[in-house]
Amino acid sequence: MSEHARQQAAQRGQWRRLPLIESPRLRWGLAIGAVVYLFLALTSVEVNWARVAEGAGRAVNFLGAFMQPDFVSRYDDIVAGLLESLTMTLTSTVLGVLLAIPVGLGAARNISPLPIYFVCRAIIAVSRTFQEIIIAILFVVMFGFGPFAGMITLAFATIGFMAKLLAEDIEDLDWRQVEAVRATGASWWQTMNHAVQPQVMPRLIGLSMYRLDINFRESSVIGIVGAGGIGATLNTSLSRYEYDTSAAILLIIIAIVLLCEYSSSHVRRWTQ
Amino acid sequence: MPVSTTPQGQPVWRRRTTRAQWLQYLAWLAGVSLFLLCWKLISDNTMWVFVEDAGRQGADLISRMTPPKWGYANVLWKPMWDTINIATLGTALGIMMAFPVAFLAARNTTPHPLVRSLALMVIVSSRSINSLIWAMLLVTILGPGVLAGIIAIALRSIGFVGKLLYEAIEEIHPTPVEAISATGASRLQVMNYGVLPQVMPAFAGISVYRWDINIRESTVLGLVGAGGIGLQLNASINSLAWDQVSVIFIMIFATVLVSEWISARVRHAII
Amino acid sequence: MLTLTGVGKRYPTGDRALTDIELTLPKGQVMALIGPSGAGKSTLIRCVNRLVEPTQGSIRLDGTELTKLSGHKLRHARRSMGMIFQEYALVDRLTVMENVLSGQLGYVGFWRSFLRRYPQEAVVEAFRLLERVGLPHAIDKRADALSGGQRQRVGIARALLQSPKLLLVDEPTASLDPKTSRQIMRLIRELCAERELAAIINIHDVALAQQFADRIVGLRAGEIVFDGLPSELTSEILTTIYGEEDWDTTPEPMDDAVSGDEATNTAPINPPYARVMSSIEAGAAR
Repeated sequence: MSEHARQQAAQRGQWRRLPLIESPRLRWGLAIGAVVYLFLALTSVEVNWARVAEGAGRAVNFLGAFMQPDFVSRYDDIVAGLLESLTMTLTSTVLGVLLAIPVGLGAARNISPLPIYFVCRAIIAVSRTFQEIIIAILFVVMFGFGPFAGMITLAFATIGFMAKLLAEDIEDLDWRQVEAVRATGASWWQTMNHAVQPQVMPRLIGLSMYRLDINFRESSVIGIVGAGGIGATLNTSLSRYEYDTSAAILLIIIAIVLLCEYSSSHVRRWTQ
Repeated sequence: MPVSTTPQGQPVWRRRTTRAQWLQYLAWLAGVSLFLLCWKLISDNTMWVFVEDAGRQGADLISRMTPPKWGYANVLWKPMWDTINIATLGTALGIMMAFPVAFLAARNTTPHPLVRSLALMVIVSSRSINSLIWAMLLVTILGPGVLAGIIAIALRSIGFVGKLLYEAIEEIHPTPVEAISATGASRLQVMNYGVLPQVMPAFAGISVYRWDINIRESTVLGLVGAGGIGLQLNASINSLAWDQVSVIFIMIFATVLVSEWISARVRHAII
Repeated sequence: MLTLTGVGKRYPTGDRALTDIELTLPKGQVMALIGPSGAGKSTLIRCVNRLVEPTQGSIRLDGTELTKLSGHKLRHARRSMGMIFQEYALVDRLTVMENVLSGQLGYVGFWRSFLRRYPQEAVVEAFRLLERVGLPHAIDKRADALSGGQRQRVGIARALLQSPKLLLVDEPTASLDPKTSRQIMRLIRELCAERELAAIINIHDVALAQQFADRIVGLRAGEIVFDGLPSELTSEILTTIYGEEDWDTTPEPMDDAVSGDEATNTAPINPPYARVMSSIEAGAAR
């Protein structure tokens, strides 16, 4: 309906909300497409209802286990797994962030030459596309079972994450400040130190804290493929249906993540 | 005081006071020793023979992965479709649940502080637990299959979408909300007219972003039996068919790139 | 029509915003509320429609005790009081028509408002109001595409669509240039006369207040220190309201502390008032 016609209609008291998508053909096309996709997708989901019914009892057991988690009977396994997870988290974050800084600088279009830019962007793309767990599989094959493979995995994933965000940060930094420092006759290193670093540092610290948190959460799963950490303990307890132990581990994970988040919000306020 | 005077009476500027400087050295020392301690723990648990061997192992792995067994791709179309369905349906289910949770968790829309802390607890537990762990849990409960994957993705998405959305709600302009309340609107009408239009772009952006992440995550859910292309990945790895693994990797890579492109386009269009 | 007796407001932090306010507003009277920033002007009008809860006293509108209302009854009371805001307070992502129609929210149920199925009379009235404020062509524009003066007109149309008995106007001109400010004040004034509305207008600009209001009330630190006709407002009274300042002489050329909007008031649109106004602003800024 034209604008004028809508005004006339409104004068007579007939008014409808403007449609979100103006062309009716596109509007209906999208709606029908969505319905067709939903139908196809839902029909292709095969559900074994007998198995689901059988599992209902287990679900109740599991929820019950959350009411009385068992920290004691696998105490040694839990402590060992947790210690491994925490050490992996810390070392991988430190290594990852250190390595991410040069990659991030290289991947920022406004300060790095084109060939380096492409190499760094490629590193970021590969590291971000694959789930930590897939990378863990490869590194376990290469470095053998244990926390070393896990640490390398997490460090590798950290590089992609941090370098991408750091590069974006550098790309939208306030260029006038950089020019001002450069105008004093500063060298490349001096410019980095006096103009770029002060602008990106608070966010870099904030992101590192955030990544620490992510790395801990990831370290709790890569144990499934043998890369060390609490994941292996959790996996074992689940496959033995020892839900009370699993519940205990999950509660510990939640508590540590909460602690991480709480402290990182403090650190961020402090560095701001 | 960063400016002090020398015995000759010359003012001297330093960036920090002596005390702050020492505290900083101490903090660095503590940090470095913690790192070294962790490093020691890891290295004690590592078989260094294997690590020294890594280069050869890696070369061996690459030689086994190439050339990819392209014919295997034909087997992968159905699992890929399942993977995309897990991600899409899981995201849809997740955002449906996250939407009310976010409104209950935002300080300015929650009906009661007690409800707020409950909603925050839901968000935190959903966020802390990786979707792979949710999938392991659900596979033992529901049995292996796509359904467990969908629900795992949905449960994980609640926390992510819920957290970002409730932060967006807390950041809205309060004056339009005040204006709508002043017209005598009911609580739901205030949400609908004052809050919703302000958070809608953020909500759509967050949902599409989460969908993109979920595509990635759903590619590995099969490792614990929750359907999708991960099942084939697991089978290929267990049978050491590395040339099939490389085909799967390439397919995952392509799918993720496409989904990332779509998500970036949609988010761009919204903003 | 509107009676405030002994109204007080103390914030949980312990700050006293209002103390023992006594005020009666007859039908059709336009009252300007002046006072320095932080005197409690905004708090006072927000207490009337209970966007802020008064901690003591009673507020009666046509015999209804407003301070005790809750839920459904409060909605009913609110729809008879239209409010106009300083920063327009339109919902940016909704169209002009949707913003105006939101004035009907106190009358229609949730699903009707959700589906935007408003009664035909409401739409006719909304369009008529948009014509009255001079924006019939803008119905499908998004609110954030309008200029400041246009937005304020939409805000006025929204408030009038509530068919209020009373208008609560919070700094209607603070974000507008001098010319638009006068147009908006004149519009509010005319609309009040057409519909016999009473109005409480919070305003910084003493000159505008004197020109457009029937009555002026001065507030200082949460207490009424002046209540009278615009003509009775002398420089001694301004001193009691705003504190020591030389109200009569021409101030020195404006220093940088005065921002652009206020400085433009020294333009020769209305020189005598404008001088008073800028010196008040400068005083408040210091």
